[in-house]
Amino acid sequence: MPSLILKTATRLLAGLIIVFSVYLLVRGHHAPGGGFAAALTAATAFALLTISEGVASLRKALRVDPRTISMCGLGIAVFSGVISVLAGRPFLTGIWFRVGAESGIPVMLGSPLLFDIGVCLVVLGTILTLILALEEEIR
Amino acid sequence: MDRLNRFAFIIPLGFTLWLVSFLPKNLHGETYALSWPWIPALGINFSFFLDGLGFLFALVISFIGFFVTLYAVDYLKHHPHATRFFSFLSLFTISMLGLVLADNLIVLFIFWELTSLTSYLLIGFDHETEEARNSARMALLVTGAGGLALLVAFLLMGMVAGTFELSEILTKGDIFRNHRLYPPILVLVLFGAFTKSAQFPFHFWLPRAMAAPTPVSAFLHSAAMVKAGIYLLARLHPVLGGTPAWMNTLMLVGAVTAVLGSLAALRQTDLKLILAYSTVTALGLLTMFLGSQSTPALVAALTFFLVHSLYKSALFLAAGTIDHETGTRQIGLLGGLLKPMPITAMAAAAAGLSMAGFPLFFGFIGKEIMYEGALLHEVSPHFAVGTALISNACMTAVCGVAAIRPFLGKPGNTPRKPHEGPFGMWCGPLVLGGLCLLFGIIPWWVAKWLVQPAVRAFQPDSGPFQQVLFHGINEPLLLSILTLILGVVLYRLVCHIWIWLGVVENYLPIKAVWTYDFSMLAIKKLANALTRQIQNGSLTQYIFIVLLAFTSGVGATLMIKQVDVWQFAFSGMHYREWAVVVIVAAGTLAAGVTRSRLTAVCSLGVCGAGCALIFLMYGAPDLALTQLLVETLTVIIISIILLRLPGLHPFSAPSYLRRFLNGLLATAAGLIVTALVLGVTQHPLDRAVTTFFEKNSLVSAHGRNIVNVILVDFRALDTLGEITVVAVAGFAVYTLIKTTCEFQEK
Repeated sequence: MPSLILKTATRLLAGLIIVFSVYLLVRGHHAPGGGFAAALTAATAFALLTISEGVASLRKALRVDPRTISMCGLGIAVFSGVISVLAGRPFLTGIWFRVGAESGIPVMLGSPLLFDIGVCLVVLGTILTLILALEEEIR
Repeated sequence: MDRLNRFAFIIPLGFTLWLVSFLPKNLHGETYALSWPWIPALGINFSFFLDGLGFLFALVISFIGFFVTLYAVDYLKHHPHATRFFSFLSLFTISMLGLVLADNLIVLFIFWELTSLTSYLLIGFDHETEEARNSARMALLVTGAGGLALLVAFLLMGMVAGTFELSEILTKGDIFRNHRLYPPILVLVLFGAFTKSAQFPFHFWLPRAMAAPTPVSAFLHSAAMVKAGIYLLARLHPVLGGTPAWMNTLMLVGAVTAVLGSLAALRQTDLKLILAYSTVTALGLLTMFLGSQSTPALVAALTFFLVHSLYKSALFLAAGTIDHETGTRQIGLLGGLLKPMPITAMAAAAAGLSMAGFPLFFGFIGKEIMYEGALLHEVSPHFAVGTALISNACMTAVCGVAAIRPFLGKPGNTPRKPHEGPFGMWCGPLVLGGLCLLFGIIPWWVAKWLVQPAVRAFQPDSGPFQQVLFHGINEPLLLSILTLILGVVLYRLVCHIWIWLGVVENYLPIKAVWTYDFSMLAIKKLANALTRQIQNGSLTQYIFIVLLAFTSGVGATLMIKQVDVWQFAFSGMHYREWAVVVIVAAGTLAAGVTRSRLTAVCSLGVCGAGCALIFLMYGAPDLALTQLLVETLTVIIISIILLRLPGLHPFSAPSYLRRFLNGLLATAAGLIVTALVLGVTQHPLDRAVTTFFEKNSLVSAHGRNIVNVILVDFRALDTLGEITVVAVAGFAVYTLIKTTCEFQEK
């Protein structure tokens, strides 16, 4: 039975950690971060949640099986490469859109960002699968 | 899906019709070539070539394939996996046709292996029975080994001739025969052909392959796949033939196979095994005749090929009908089937009499031509004639036993009451048996349209020859009559022969199949012993072996090359760096010395954090971030989850010697890695790639974080591979967790 301090602290921190993980994900292209780091951070948050809340309630909250998350991530990553094939370029060429005013600093959105999201989901899904499976075996 | 099965015969039918339309052109010696480039840099093209020889083989394959497919529709009517069967069968037919029509050696090899593979799938079709599985594996391993040898032979041939195109190689025969690489090429080609065509000592897989459904036996193992080796020998005859090595080897091996097969056929009681061994005999005779250079012998080989394909497939199909309707194949239980199965009886009789060589049947012509060729065999006419005589006499006896006796006499003791089979099942044997009779009456048609163009393909200057019903009284005719008399005598004595052969078999010192069984057993024992040593279930042992291999390999290389790596200096180290060194060293020491698992895991975490600090200090924030996160996660997962798993034994220290060895190996591994890092950093780093990335990261890839840009943009394909591995590994570990823990609870 996890301690009250852990449970309360987790309830406060888990959300923050996940927000931080998303932040790491989208800033990866210009500053330290990226898909792997985001996935690991989010996995840490979920590990904390597993310990304090229990596996069953976490599976209910996730709604989808972590293996599905992992496979979706793989699909997104491959899809981001297929976009460039549809545009007539070799597989996994980066396709970029420019967002924002013509003058000033542009914000570029592109298929590498989609690829990074896919990477993050794969790693997150895999680690979640392992953590939840191990936790279930302990009971 | 099942309703589409009956249209599977369209493929062979289509080929047959196309080939038949080509008949007149074939007569005049016209050829047809197709070529698509595939890997031009290596000289491999999808080239196909239709000449007289390929035409004969392709026609036989597609014609018999059509009837076999038709037969199989009824034979497998209610089988749940029938669709699968027809896809395999169609794939086999296409591969076989590709084999005989291929003009490029590598393409021929690919189709060769495809026929082996589809044969494996077809033999093992009834995969629930162990016998089918073992027979399929045996066939695949034996023919696959031959295929491997054939690949090497083809590569050598390509080297010698400078091209892989058969049509060009066939003109360079003299270059091959005098080349110093001729002996290995010959040995390898013969190995490939002999394994495929079940020559002694590789004949043992063919009788075992009778575990396949009968349509498969009728097609693959009598008319098509086993003839691939014969085709190869015929095709390469102009290139490799003519030397004493070729002629003597083929003669000897063919003769031994023929006699062995014919004697073994008399020993069997299962209809399909009788036919299988007689196929071995026929293949031996074909090989023997392909050893010769004289035109009559080659004519004999090609004619007998046609003769044998027709009667053997008809007999196999008839045997399958008998099996399907009566429920047994043992000749001791069969009898009096003429009344219930008249059409099959007629077909079997026609085919059987052709096999026996009765006048008016195609087989008689075949035997006469065989004796004519044998008398003119350059190596040893007496030997050839003797072999042919014995084999043919035994075949006559076999005909009586297998094709005549089950239909005559009193009704036998069969599990089911027999009746005639459906249309698809008697139509094939009837047509094929009918052709045995028809071609016997008009052999000149066969000679002119089929055999002559084929012979001309590999002996361009051979003149026209006569194939009539009656040549006049000469030696071949006398020999044929002698064969018939001998055969009838053997048939009369077959019961006694059966007993004598049984006695001989018991006293045989060695059997060919023992080599295969012995090799399989030896491989299994070796694998078991090796696995017991290396994979004994202890994680410590696995890491020990891996580190041992790594340390000794790299260490030995460094020492042999006398690389001097130990050049370093401690001057100029900041106190920050010293602090990190102390932290990491302390963590390592604690992990090695402690008795508590939790402390060990956390100490390793400290080492990891120290590494992250090093990365940070030397300007690699992404690396440091990832390292720190991985370390944290590992410590969490191991310490909180793994340490609470059921079944984990309390920490027991291994013996002092063991711990000393472990420590020694760990230290050595660490030193080797240090040496490697020192060695690498001593040389100036090549900054070409770095400069490229620095220049292009922001401009082309719109990113300032070069590490991340490399991961998701420049080297995205590598990352894709990595995450696939991660996903697959996750699934594998998940499965391990779920199944192992289930075992432990039980």
